[in-house]
Amino acid sequence: MEFRHPYLPLTRADEQEMLEAIGLQHIDDLFSNIPHEFRLNRDLDICPPHTEHEVSKRVQELASKNVPMADGRAFIGAGVGIHYIPAVVTSLANRSEFVTAYTSYQPEVSQGMLQTLFEYQSLLAEILAIDVVNSSLYDMATAVGEAARMCARVVRRRSRFLVPGTMNPEHRAVLETYCRPAGMTVEAIEYDRKTGLMSISDLEGRLGEDVAGVYVENPSYLGFIESQVDEISRLAHEAGALLVAGVDILSLGLLRPPGEYGADIVVAEGQGLGSPPSFGGPLLGVFGCRMERRLVYQLPGRLVGMTRTVKEPYERGFVLTLSPREQHIRREKATSNICSNQALSAVTAAIYLSLLGPSGLQTVSEAIAYKSAYAARRLDSLAGVRAPAIGNAIWKEFVVTFTDGITVESVHQGLLERGLHGGKALHEEFPWLGESMLLSVTEVHSKEQIDRMAAAVGEIVGAGGD
Amino acid sequence: MVGHTLDHVRQAKWDEPLIFELHRPGIVGHLFPGAEASIVSEVGPLDSLIPPEMRRSSPPALPEVSEPRIVRHFTRLSQMNFSVTSGTYPLGSCTMKYNPAVDEFCAALPGFAMLHPLQDPATTQGALELMWELEQWLAEITGMDAVTLQPAAGAHGEWTGVMMVRAYHEHVTGESGQRDEILIPDSAHGTNPASAAMAGYKVVVIPSSEEGLVDLDALKSVAGPHTAGLMLTNPNTIGVFEKDIKEVAGVVHDAGGLLYYDGANLNAIMGVVRPGDMGFDLVHINLHKTMSTPHGGGGPGAGPVGVKEGLAEFLPVPRVTRRDDGTFDLDYDHPKSIGKVKSFYGNFGVLVRAYAYIYALGGPGLKRTSELAVLNANYVAHHVSRIPGLSLPFSKDVPRMHECVISASGLKEETGVTAMDIAKRLLDFGVHAPTVYFPLIVDEALMIEPTESETREELDYLIGVLQEISREAHEQPDVVRGAPYYAAIRRLDEYRAAHPKTLTLSWRAYRRQQERAEGQD
Ligand SMILES: Cc1ncc(COP(=O)(O)O)c(C=O)c1O
Repeated sequence: MEFRHPYLPLTRADEQEMLEAIGLQHIDDLFSNIPHEFRLNRDLDICPPHTEHEVSKRVQELASKNVPMADGRAFIGAGVGIHYIPAVVTSLANRSEFVTAYTSYQPEVSQGMLQTLFEYQSLLAEILAIDVVNSSLYDMATAVGEAARMCARVVRRRSRFLVPGTMNPEHRAVLETYCRPAGMTVEAIEYDRKTGLMSISDLEGRLGEDVAGVYVENPSYLGFIESQVDEISRLAHEAGALLVAGVDILSLGLLRPPGEYGADIVVAEGQGLGSPPSFGGPLLGVFGCRMERRLVYQLPGRLVGMTRTVKEPYERGFVLTLSPREQHIRREKATSNICSNQALSAVTAAIYLSLLGPSGLQTVSEAIAYKSAYAARRLDSLAGVRAPAIGNAIWKEFVVTFTDGITVESVHQGLLERGLHGGKALHEEFPWLGESMLLSVTEVHSKEQIDRMAAAVGEIVGAGGD
Repeated sequence: MVGHTLDHVRQAKWDEPLIFELHRPGIVGHLFPGAEASIVSEVGPLDSLIPPEMRRSSPPALPEVSEPRIVRHFTRLSQMNFSVTSGTYPLGSCTMKYNPAVDEFCAALPGFAMLHPLQDPATTQGALELMWELEQWLAEITGMDAVTLQPAAGAHGEWTGVMMVRAYHEHVTGESGQRDEILIPDSAHGTNPASAAMAGYKVVVIPSSEEGLVDLDALKSVAGPHTAGLMLTNPNTIGVFEKDIKEVAGVVHDAGGLLYYDGANLNAIMGVVRPGDMGFDLVHINLHKTMSTPHGGGGPGAGPVGVKEGLAEFLPVPRVTRRDDGTFDLDYDHPKSIGKVKSFYGNFGVLVRAYAYIYALGGPGLKRTSELAVLNANYVAHHVSRIPGLSLPFSKDVPRMHECVISASGLKEETGVTAMDIAKRLLDFGVHAPTVYFPLIVDEALMIEPTESETREELDYLIGVLQEISREAHEQPDVVRGAPYYAAIRRLDEYRAAHPKTLTLSWRAYRRQQERAEGQD
């Protein structure tokens, strides 16, 4: 029987007429230029065609083999945040005019996307207290990688990049991959094992004429607040290096924005701003810098700028701008190879931030501060449990250490059996922390859920970990 | 007949302010969950939780806008955005095909969307199975042996691939010091040289032949002991199949290099011919092109990379594995891996959509997709190249594949109307512009990729509009040069946008400019 499919709106009669119009007989004639020896000459061994009903059944069957726990049952973060997503965000960001457009190469018919991205850049610029935010990189990990490489372009002939010893290891791994081919080395700065704070003396010892940039995370991967940012910033700048700050956007209703402590480049993970965890992607690489020529002209990624019509009557409009930095113009001399980015995630973030407003940001920032502190206290009150095991002041994430022979694995399994999910095990990344996990508590976790989790840990620990 | 008459199509236009200009102090857009009073009283006050020197002194100047006004704001903005669901979008090299609605439904299923990447693999078996199966399919479609789904886009896949070329020369040939060049045709997409450079390579540009193909003599003269590899897309960017691919592959392999396939143009050849069978060693696939995942106005996409067996050990970690008992896991134990190129496992939500798309079409459907994409492109090429002022440069009598590149240099000479003018005038007829001024080897290039999603009527309409524009260009060139008239806004001043004095990249910067201007008055 003739193959018909809803995605393929051409009939056999159309096909025949069109072939005739171009002077061909058979559709195979179109492929006459492909050497026969390479032709596949068999069917692809994948699957047969399916109806939409079958597609949705198959995909739902796969989905049902998962236990989605990012609804308050999981206390895990480590780079992907579990946050409440207002219905308006999803409904607006799903509008097909945003979803099915390409990059705004024709600004006159793409003002919707361009204005939204300008608003994304602008909303984040306010929160970060920095003037320039690009219209997205892939994720925070690649953003750190791009930041390191940008430092080396701005302050030339310097190839070392210093990072906190407590840096997110997932980001560190990607950073290494980005730096290696550029001939850059990544070095970890020592830290205090009780407070987690960066060792200023080690930083001073490492700074020198070959250091391109210093990276500081705040809050840190392990959850503690790095309170020496002014000192770190001063030292980095005195040594002629740039300061790169990695922040959590939702902490900035409470914490000082990186623009205020002299960050030259700012990176963040923007997934938490309205996008679900989605098994780790799409994420959203937030990337910004101070408005300084030597920085802006080295920035990777797309920028949307405000302008006006060429002719009168002048009207305000938005275009992609400073493209001579980019691959389609500069090719191998471009600041980055990035082309497609995470625009729709940026649209999502713009809508989320519009709903958030200053009071929402404060509410969420504070809720996370209170709830994570509360969870840490509850856990710390249990025998054989220490939380936060590192740091005094924490926000959202914190280290929980089990003593008395309790293993992380037993806590993890015990929580799973109780329909809960614990944090990320840290023994591979930070072996000296012993039996520890990185817990994450956000505004979505109710007091009841936190109490239930703490009670479950209490039970598991009380039973000696079984 | 609707769609056949050459009427202008007026895009929606709203004089929609910036979200900041909608600010009304005291309005709340959404009530976000806060901390329970009992928690606050137990742990508070905040001063005891956050070091005072790290407290933000004043809240950021975010706008306060009501929920209904926000809904109108972004709805109106969306209406000023052309998309595949609005009309024909023949943007060459971008494969703007229809994005099935069911794929969006699939990606949003809570079983996927609400899955944290670090959950215990026992709770993520369905996600891992989906990834594993998708890897198998992509390997079969491209003729490769192993696939990573980690890269976030095409360019990211290219860079991942070139990093593996590097690892190959480090570990296998032991010649990475000497092999410091990547060969790239002058017709290549800009991301190719940029990716090679990001992976630490010098780029050697190979000129195109008179047929618009890789110039074999030029290739032979540069391939040698310094060659790490060649990056090529086939069909190439003028939409023609590189018929000498066997010789090209031979030259590069004999020189000791690897062949990298830029899969941006895979929509032409699914089920017909496979990169792996033509001699390529590595390939990336743009799922947001060929596999119909929506482009989102600039992403997120996904750029999986497939490799031949001998390169599999260099793939990024983790890799998805299937155990003997049929369960799935993530495997980080690959010491020669290039490492990680992105957090976690890639743009998973995009992978779900691609899975649903491939599952819907199956093997026969993918092949038919390519056949019709190629038919449509040739139909357009045939008719458009006969329009006065327009021509089809290079390999004239050879079929195009999924796209055709038309030159408007004749029209420019005759009338002064450029490819950009044609692009802008197309917008007035409700058709998106083709890609313009790419590839660089074609003067006044209009790169047209209709895709298989367009009906015959829509193709005839596109051809008819181009005929009309050519007529206008000859009779009233200023009309074309002044276009668009029916888009939400007239032509924008890009020079002003980029000029250091007027460059405005955020509301914050704009406000400061305004203050400065007022201060001068
Ligand atoms: C030929 C070609 N190669 C590579 C790319 C880069 O793909 P992406 O935008 O997904 O990074 C594109 C897309 O613009 C392309 O057309």
